[in-house]
Amino acid sequence: MNTIQFEKPGTVDEAVALLANGDANTRVLAGGTDLLVQLRAGMVTPSLIIDIKGIDEMRTVTEENGGFRIGGAVSGAELNENDAVKSAWPGVVEAFDLIGSTQIQGRCTLAGNLCNASPAADSVPAMIAAGMTCKIVGPNGTREAPVESIAISPGKTSLTKGEMIVSFFLPGQNANGGDAYLRFIPRTEMDIAVVGVGINLTLDDNGVCTAARVVLGAVAPTALVVADAANALIGTKVDDAAMEKLAAAASAACNPIDDKRGTIEFRTKVAGVIARRTAAIALDRARSN
Amino acid sequence: MAKHHVTTTINGEPVEFLCETQQTLLDVLRDELGLTGSKEGCASGDCGACSVTVDGRLVCSCLVLGVEAEGQSIETIEGMADGEKLHPLQQRFLEEAALQCGICTPGVLIAAKSLLEKNPDPTETEVRYWLAGNLCRCTGYDKIISSVLDVAADMKSA
Repeated sequence: MNTIQFEKPGTVDEAVALLANGDANTRVLAGGTDLLVQLRAGMVTPSLIIDIKGIDEMRTVTEENGGFRIGGAVSGAELNENDAVKSAWPGVVEAFDLIGSTQIQGRCTLAGNLCNASPAADSVPAMIAAGMTCKIVGPNGTREAPVESIAISPGKTSLTKGEMIVSFFLPGQNANGGDAYLRFIPRTEMDIAVVGVGINLTLDDNGVCTAARVVLGAVAPTALVVADAANALIGTKVDDAAMEKLAAAASAACNPIDDKRGTIEFRTKVAGVIARRTAAIALDRARSN
Repeated sequence: MAKHHVTTTINGEPVEFLCETQQTLLDVLRDELGLTGSKEGCASGDCGACSVTVDGRLVCSCLVLGVEAEGQSIETIEGMADGEKLHPLQQRFLEEAALQCGICTPGVLIAAKSLLEKNPDPTETEVRYWLAGNLCRCTGYDKIISSVLDVAADMKSA
């Protein structure tokens, strides 16, 4: 095997310089739960691995503008222990927590889940539903971009050479807002989503939905923001009629693959069912917020 | 490129080793340091046979690079017993026959110890979910789960 260089920079600038000067086989190591599997399987032969866990800014969660700034390399286990984030955004935390086993939770990261760009990434629909953005640093400076703009096709991101995701901004939850994420898997734990749905909705004082984001995972090459599904809820009390429209819109938006874990027909049907169930949880949370 | 010189702590003892970038922590434990208690099952983070803790956090050592151990504190199955005195989980697993072939056992024990340190009084559901990343093809899990619950109950009444 070729020798792989290894660097563990202490600052974002050093990491970006290494990334920008590296060749196409340079890889960022956060939790390693995808990279080390790919390495072992011979799917990648990195020339340089850059471990970004020595960068403080990428390892911490801080309050910012009524919301939170979450380091890109914060692990699932660490975020799950953060009571403030968990109480404001249970859907985001639950989605992240669904990734792999306890052992994987000790290592997996939001930036890794997003940049691996799997259509079935559990954290991604929940992050998009919550309106999260990411802070991207590259050779040309810093930019903030919506989470939905990162994955462009399976395994591919919109990040340009030398860029990396340093952190995420999770806005404050609205007073009568609630979020949820559910997925369908054939077993109860340790599986990859066949369908995933992230929903965030806000009610007014009369219980009428004033804003909603509905995002589907695992039913298209990237996570889908389904405006028709959100519009089915907005202006309603999220009653049965609205739920039916939501389910129909979710199913209509699907463009899934056929594979051993779910046929096109199954994924399309289940997307509607899971959307309803997710909306019911988000609604409960919004009412009690 | 020269090998990485890594200084770390394993089971409370300072340890130094040399490794290549692509060597996992599991490779280093087994092949460089002779700590063969941690097993390689799948080598892809699915089976949990290689479970260790790194700075108190339960991980699969097959998904950690050896070089990442620099400055960390690693706990492996070799550090679980206190000399000849078995850890209560090890003792219970023997008494209740919570193992057959034994390949998954070191990982299960490390994971169970990590659970009880975080949550000394888990429900059966909590034990089952916590250990969902530790695959066992022999026992059918029931004896593993009941042993962990029995140790938790013992700890509570102690």
